[in-house]
Amino acid sequence: MAKAIALDTKLDSKIPPGEMSEKWTKYKGSVPLVAPHNKRRIDVIIVGTGLAGASAAASLGELGYNVKAFTFHDSPRRAHSIAAQGGINAAKNYRNDGDSVYRLFYDTIKGGDYRARESNVHRLAEVSTAIIDQCVAQGVPFARDYGGLLDNRSFGGTQVSRTFYARGQTGQQLLIGAYQALSRQVHLGTVKLYNRHEMLDVVVVDGKCRGIIARNLLTGEIERHSAHAVVLCTGGYGNVFYLSTNAMMCNTTAAWRAHRRGAFFGNPCYTQIHPTCIPVSGDYQSKLTLMSESLRNDGRCWVPKKAEDCNKHPRDIPEEARDYYLERRYPAFGNLVPRDIASRAAKQVCDEGRGVGTTKLAVYLDFADAIKRFGRDTIEARYGNLFEMYEKITGENPYEMPMRIYPAVHYTMGGLWVDYELMTSVPGLYAAGEANFSDHGANRLGASALMQGLADGYFVLPYTIGSYLSKEISTGAISPNTEAFEAAENDVKERLNKLLNIGGKQSVESFHRRLGKIMWDKCGMARNAEGLKQAIQEIRDLRKEFWSDVFVPGTNNEYNPELEKAWRVADFIELGELMCFDALNREESCGGHFREEFQTEDGEAQRDDENMKFVAAWEFKGDGAEPELHKEPLEYEVVKVSQRSYK
Amino acid sequence: MSNNMRLTLKIWRQGGKYKGEFVTYKLDNVNEHMSFLEMLDVLNEQLIANREEPVAFEHDCREGICGTCSLVIDGRAHGPMKGTTTCQLHMRHYKDGETIVIEPFRAKAFPVIRDLVVDRSSFDRIIQSGGYVNVNTGQAQDANAIPIEKDQAGEAFDAAACIGCGACVAACPNASAMLFTSAKVSHLALLPQGMVERKKRVLEMVAQMDKEGFGKCSNVTACEAECPKEISVGNIARLNREYIAASLASETTN
Repeated sequence: MAKAIALDTKLDSKIPPGEMSEKWTKYKGSVPLVAPHNKRRIDVIIVGTGLAGASAAASLGELGYNVKAFTFHDSPRRAHSIAAQGGINAAKNYRNDGDSVYRLFYDTIKGGDYRARESNVHRLAEVSTAIIDQCVAQGVPFARDYGGLLDNRSFGGTQVSRTFYARGQTGQQLLIGAYQALSRQVHLGTVKLYNRHEMLDVVVVDGKCRGIIARNLLTGEIERHSAHAVVLCTGGYGNVFYLSTNAMMCNTTAAWRAHRRGAFFGNPCYTQIHPTCIPVSGDYQSKLTLMSESLRNDGRCWVPKKAEDCNKHPRDIPEEARDYYLERRYPAFGNLVPRDIASRAAKQVCDEGRGVGTTKLAVYLDFADAIKRFGRDTIEARYGNLFEMYEKITGENPYEMPMRIYPAVHYTMGGLWVDYELMTSVPGLYAAGEANFSDHGANRLGASALMQGLADGYFVLPYTIGSYLSKEISTGAISPNTEAFEAAENDVKERLNKLLNIGGKQSVESFHRRLGKIMWDKCGMARNAEGLKQAIQEIRDLRKEFWSDVFVPGTNNEYNPELEKAWRVADFIELGELMCFDALNREESCGGHFREEFQTEDGEAQRDDENMKFVAAWEFKGDGAEPELHKEPLEYEVVKVSQRSYK
Repeated sequence: MSNNMRLTLKIWRQGGKYKGEFVTYKLDNVNEHMSFLEMLDVLNEQLIANREEPVAFEHDCREGICGTCSLVIDGRAHGPMKGTTTCQLHMRHYKDGETIVIEPFRAKAFPVIRDLVVDRSSFDRIIQSGGYVNVNTGQAQDANAIPIEKDQAGEAFDAAACIGCGACVAACPNASAMLFTSAKVSHLALLPQGMVERKKRVLEMVAQMDKEGFGKCSNVTACEAECPKEISVGNIARLNREYIAASLASETTN
């Protein structure tokens, strides 16, 4: 019998009552509505225009709200959702292979290593099918078969084919769909678009979020924007590791600023290390490039059985001298085990000295068998653009030589804590997409990020935000000329001036690299208590050094990318400390969080369901003070919690 | 591994203390495995160390899909390699001792913001004028309700692969945006979902394109040659057909 984790009065997850499969339907049927004439009088700010932000802005605009959408990019179409390659899951069961809403729900809960909230995940699986319908109606050119119907492929952690895709650029095609829907609302005047604007703070008035402070990145002007609700769709924080597959500008600033204003941060230590990325080539490296998980449908991972073979040409190593370690260890799922397991297995063989390539931090992903079986043309049709991308970066041809790959930081399951309605612990402040912690537990399955972003934006927020806004219909316009706005604006200006006036000797980039190294070494693929404690101290020292010796060129009143970066890195440093706190506190291994002290005999993650089956929601208590932990117990009504096995 | 390439960079600087001029920089120890943008990162770190203004250039995903990076490198948009964005260009394609000239994308409709950064929001306004299907969230029928022939869907995809970087405009002697606009017109005109509004769409998008100050297309086809996603000029021919058909139809109904 598991110990009950005490309910925290500050955390109300607002899970609707009733059967799991009926919660969302009943919720939608009973949630308060805002009448059309009132929607016109309500302002909503959306920060970020990736899949979650663009779909939310478009959908709320269509409903008749006054929407202001903010992006720091020059265009909403540039958001990092665009880089997703492999696909988007949906429980359509077009393949007649036994898929269903329940199976997608179950796979996601299991894939997340039983650390996600059941009700949210079930809703995600329910709305998944409508996403595909919506995208096709917008003109998203998904892959089709010869009968003209939609094609599917498999992804890790599942035994059905439920992944819809658009060659190797599903993210770009889905984002263009959402961007077009957003552009249509801009044209119709329901959404006002603020490009090249970065949110630097949220404004809380009498306990409710009432707006944001944003910097115009072209002029440096600090602007106040008020609204009845604010939605953060600002993505994940993988760049805290410096090297990741995230785009260069991805950052934690919006989420972190919200956290400092009262929004709890959920499970910050849950980061996803993606198993198939192009390895690091040198210390000038600025980012890492992902090779889609879909490659594991046909590519086989291996390393030499003996360390002394590692310098040989891979084609000179005979079959019997190769270790296809995933197929050997996980025969049921083979090369398609979930990401956390595949990454750890790659790390283990490299730690054993059997890694390949110049750095010995790489494994082979080999297509020779698939090319023999299906022919080069078929493999080219499936993965041609990925093979080309690999060749551009490495100068090697993967049709001839096996790819060399290694795990890299890719996604963050943690994020702002939200309730069932996607509202953070600050009333009126919402978080959607990767920015929230909600659906993936301790590990996200492939092709589920696009699904969650679009589910939140198209089909969840448009319903749930009405629950709060229905109580705001008599509030009237929110004035930005109040004390709270002035104070927040002054805080922002003061911090910008401080950054510009330190006048130290070290570049922003150099601090970011150092932070990344601490995080990767001590809070990366494997963690332990001692390392995490050291990391916390090192990060505190780094923070002091940053604020006394960073050099930020230029002024505030101009286009100044170094200043933007400095602000973001300062926030990453603060977040890094919280991540280590969370990782230290979570005395178990689950999903992407692997504590070396907690593993089974054969090196698998060992959960502690008795003591650790909760969401860790951290409250900011001031600079220099330790954050306060709130626990949301996870109760599993439908899925039986068990040791995850892919063998 | 070569770690000691020496390069001379002639870079367009505009804004801050620079009125608009080429400035020459020397860079040692360039590694052949660096990407072109990582080489510029190294330059900027050097400039910052010397308390000089770093060179402003735009970039984000660094894997050839977001369309943020630009640059005219030795006279060519996104540099010398075919079907490659600047961020995917690697230094192994350069030799020790080379001089590289780096400029922003130049076009009246892409005003320079600073150094190598230009304002491409005119592209957004072209899309806003009609580059979409009028469908609200929740209005869609089942995704498999309308089968689409595989080749047709593939052709729509080829057009939809445009990343909106603006290289086509930079490559065109007239700074025309026809390849960009025609890619969107084609993407939607080739799909049954976009069919209903195809006439209205092409008329409105072309009108907006003209309003933004882009030049006329004179079939030079440099756009196709420089497009990092190798979008075909066949799309321009399709736009022209769509435009003529739509114009005739609107004259008849008027």
